[in-house]
Amino acid sequence: MKISVLSGKGGTGKTTVATNLAYYLSKKGKKVQYLDFDVEEPNGFIFLKPEIKNTFEVKVKVPQIDESSCTQCGLCAKKCNFNALAVTKNGVLVFEKICHSCGLCSLVCPVNAITETEREIGKIEIGYTNNLKAVRGVLNIGEPMGIPILKNLKKLITPDYINIIDSPPGSSCSVVHSVEGSDYGILVTEPTKFGLHDLEIAANVIRQLGVPFGVVINKSDENDYIIEEFCEKQGIDIIEKIPFDRSIAQKYSKGELLEDKSFIEVFENIFSKIMEVS
Amino acid sequence: MKQIVVISGKGGTGKTTLTSSFAYLAKNRDVADCDVEAPNLNLILNNTPIKRELYIGGKIAYIDKEKCIECGKCRSICRFDAIKENFEINDIKCEGCGACVEVCPNEAIKLVDDETGDVITSSIEGGKFSYAQLRIGADGAGKVVTKVRQSLISDKEKPELVIIDGSPGIGCVVISSLTGCNMAVVVTEPTQSGLEDLMRVLSLVDYFHMKAYVVINKFDINLEKTKEIEDFCNENNFEVVGKIPFDPYVSKAIKKSKPVVLFEESIAGKEIRKIWNIINEKIKEVE
Repeated sequence: MKISVLSGKGGTGKTTVATNLAYYLSKKGKKVQYLDFDVEEPNGFIFLKPEIKNTFEVKVKVPQIDESSCTQCGLCAKKCNFNALAVTKNGVLVFEKICHSCGLCSLVCPVNAITETEREIGKIEIGYTNNLKAVRGVLNIGEPMGIPILKNLKKLITPDYINIIDSPPGSSCSVVHSVEGSDYGILVTEPTKFGLHDLEIAANVIRQLGVPFGVVINKSDENDYIIEEFCEKQGIDIIEKIPFDRSIAQKYSKGELLEDKSFIEVFENIFSKIMEVS
Repeated sequence: MKQIVVISGKGGTGKTTLTSSFAYLAKNRDVADCDVEAPNLNLILNNTPIKRELYIGGKIAYIDKEKCIECGKCRSICRFDAIKENFEINDIKCEGCGACVEVCPNEAIKLVDDETGDVITSSIEGGKFSYAQLRIGADGAGKVVTKVRQSLISDKEKPELVIIDGSPGIGCVVISSLTGCNMAVVVTEPTQSGLEDLMRVLSLVDYFHMKAYVVINKFDINLEKTKEIEDFCNENNFEVVGKIPFDPYVSKAIKKSKPVVLFEESIAGKEIRKIWNIINEKIKEVE
């Protein structure tokens, strides 16, 4: 089973929901795996504090030019749709960071002067806290593209686990990569105009992917009607509300999970609603 | 012309609150919302759209079913799993590299324009404002950021200053917001996540040899973490130019779609005014 937690906007509480839900389910004896797909700013491990057992480098392919056989015909640079190659008097320049590793350049080279070499762009870490398995991807500083890390993370999703995916914020390709194929999507939002605006975008994304979903209102207060009106109009389920509470903010700021009885009920409800739908 | 970018590493720390107030306080400035995936600044700045341009972010493959002989060469060469079982293109996965076009024996595949989204230019009081609306699952959001910024600076009447609302993270969208800016204002919050993301985004700023100033938002929510952030900044030569207290006026301001500095009684607004005065002096000194 795969449950994705997403939000559109950053800072609404994805990680709070994803880590606590994973922790709650593992406490109940379920086989659970938490996967942090927010590779630009992976924060889940701050709360789960797993002991890291394995680390893998994530590498991408980049072209390597054999200067002795290259005739500087320029076909590779001409065909590359990402402008990742340039032919100069002194040889062919490769702009590694804008290369998409598609392999077209080596395919079109008439003299087979292009082979591929590998370059590290980040890593994947796997750790455990008690019986909870926790996985995260970490993008190296200065690297623009995190998608290859997401693709490697996806290979670690195993059907015999309940997989909880902590998605990146936003609505672009990396969110789609994280959420597609999910059995359920939890959309975390907050009752503000910004929250509503970004919830609309996230709801469109997840609808297009055909994943059943529901909304969790975080920092719930007297402004909840902003979200409630929208959800009612669109026929979207609000599956739970997490109150605006100083103790939650304090725990979050210290990097602690919410283990109190009152919150256990919240996560119990979220999970039972998910089980009803998927 | 000088450019200031407001970034944060972590989402939801108060970039838009700060940017909208800076935009109100600054003179002779244009404003760009480069959080292209979740643009919120247009909800706060009183703006009137004057131009909407379709943005083509790249290419995408298209298979002509009439010509396709279903040989499967395209599928075996594609590294993005973008060709479905029925020989249609998965729009979201296709990166538009053109390898499939190259290997197709029957010229059944071509690359067509990929409509990434719209770039909107608006007029605001005392200048212009630009932002984007992306198609779902849009690829190349970094390139849209460049387009959003260009729509302001390619104008004949260049503004003296451009204030940019950045996006969370450290990837291509953020890198595109940073490129060519004179200064970054980094907003953080006193939480463990805030501190760790601040460290990552400051490493990114350093990587690009940019000057960065740090603002701690809601600093009084956790004084211990605030101290940790200040110590980290001191040790690494990043100046903390302001500490904004938690203030219910901030959410009131969002509700009323106005920058918080407009509320005279707001303690957050007062601090932001101070921060702007410091930033405004610093940007004058920058080459």
